[in-house]
Amino acid sequence: MISPRVTVIGAGVAGLVSALELAGRGLSVEVIERGSRIGERSCSWFAGGMLAPWCEQVNAEPEVSTLGRIALDWWPRHFPATMRNGTLVVAPPRDTGELVHFARQTERFEWAGADRIGELEPDLAGRFRKALFFAEEAHLAPRQALTALAERLAGMGVPIRFGIDASPASIDTDHVLDCRGFAARDTLTELRGVRGEMAIVRSKEIALSRPVRLLHPRFPLYVVPRADGLFMIGATMIESASSGPVTARSAVELLNGAYALHPAFGEAEIVEFGVDVRPAFANNLPRLIRRDHTTYLNGLYRHGFLLAPALAQQAATALCGLSPGELT
Amino acid sequence: MDIYGIEIVSRLLLGSGKYPSPTIMTEAVVASGTGIVTVSLRRESGTQRSGQDFWAMIRGLGVRILPNTAGCYSVKEAVTTAQMARDVFGTSWIKLEVIGDADTLQPDVFGLVEAATLLAEDGFEVFPYTTEDLVVAERLLEAGCRVLMPWASPIGSGKGLNNVFGLRTLRAHFPEVPLIVDAGIGLPSHAAAAMELGYDAVLLNTAVAMAGDPVAMAGAFAKAIEAGRAAFLAAPMEPRDMASPSTPLIGKASLE
Repeated sequence: MISPRVTVIGAGVAGLVSALELAGRGLSVEVIERGSRIGERSCSWFAGGMLAPWCEQVNAEPEVSTLGRIALDWWPRHFPATMRNGTLVVAPPRDTGELVHFARQTERFEWAGADRIGELEPDLAGRFRKALFFAEEAHLAPRQALTALAERLAGMGVPIRFGIDASPASIDTDHVLDCRGFAARDTLTELRGVRGEMAIVRSKEIALSRPVRLLHPRFPLYVVPRADGLFMIGATMIESASSGPVTARSAVELLNGAYALHPAFGEAEIVEFGVDVRPAFANNLPRLIRRDHTTYLNGLYRHGFLLAPALAQQAATALCGLSPGELT
Repeated sequence: MDIYGIEIVSRLLLGSGKYPSPTIMTEAVVASGTGIVTVSLRRESGTQRSGQDFWAMIRGLGVRILPNTAGCYSVKEAVTTAQMARDVFGTSWIKLEVIGDADTLQPDVFGLVEAATLLAEDGFEVFPYTTEDLVVAERLLEAGCRVLMPWASPIGSGKGLNNVFGLRTLRAHFPEVPLIVDAGIGLPSHAAAAMELGYDAVLLNTAVAMAGDPVAMAGAFAKAIEAGRAAFLAAPMEPRDMASPSTPLIGKASLE
């Protein structure tokens, strides 16, 4: 029997993780991508890469936490460079009320005093008196992870065809898995864009072992350590579908926040400012939507790396449950 | 309550920012029973009106929209934002914020009066976010404002009524002007206290949006504001120094 062909549109985190799940179940898969290379037109290229199902409880629906836990198992298996060092959440003394609020909304953390903070992150020693430590959380470098997934797919014989800007209707295949993110707005009219801006800086003066979230009444942000002295600072959340250049105001907020975390960031080199549009539904939860020969996996919002494994598994299970006749 | 010729039923005005999701915002608006929702234009707009989706959701709530100029630090910024808001939402209402201090978000009352004058001349119906200062209030009314929105305490601080004396004086000074406490409310009891002072309405956002359960908190505020208003209308007793028994002495057993 010839296995049914599934075409995945979009080589962002949702598309690549889905392609792996589909191929792993023996389906014949190809991926098409409008960009000319991995990440060029994907909002996941700008992601923080935090696998933080418990921290996200602070303002996400419970499903995000439940589904997100699957990522803690999935990513280390498919991207061994995933680091499980937890998340540290700090606040300046003036804003410790923010920590209390954060603690009330989340679970699976320990309160850390000044000594424990210094033990976990020696470069932050003496800077904060109170923190929350989420030991079980993980993080990864999104760009390396996406590239690694693409290589893994190549090894499985799954082609990624770049430079093709296609909609589901225009593709001759048995079934389409549409993972186009905000570009699918042409069909999914209830999708909205949430603009995110981020910065990448380089500093040799400071080292961190895990993502650090700095709580602030106005500009909460996180700093995620990458290799080679690089740090990703993110991210703004603006109700807008514009992917226009990073504004001066946002740049100032991001850099100010990092500087508040540690003055060494004041001397850091700016490597990049990035911006893109997260796809979200009104409840900020992802959805799988089946319409004719197309399944839409969308609305991952700010949780692309966290939720892609769970959603991809659901999509793959649903597609495998269909007979070849139903798939067409 | 009548504001700019419009009969307002609910005395709670709710902001649309900081909610975990638009769905929760929508549910909170319903639970609050509010008829007026404020929306910030500044950050969501961009040059290409790219906040359309969010604005469409606000319009879909079926309530009156009060756009604001949150985050504006100059008269020019505030006036431009107000004009953009009029185009986007098709309303001449504008909640005017001209911020003077970045830390406390205290209004720049000089810029506020200037911007209010310009906007009123341009046909806007201005809701000025101001302090409890009597003289500034007078100037705002001269500028053409028909409603005043003094702060309770700094925006988003949740500290409640910071200057009860000042708020009481303002109320006494302008018995006929609709007065809405705007900013600084943290708890339903704060909102009830403002209403007991005789304020006409309360505008809040963070206290609901950042609560663990925004929808439940919206309902709690609705009840508190209704209770505070009813208490004001019922003419509360005056506090006194001497205890006064509430049980009548007549009929008490005599132990002669």
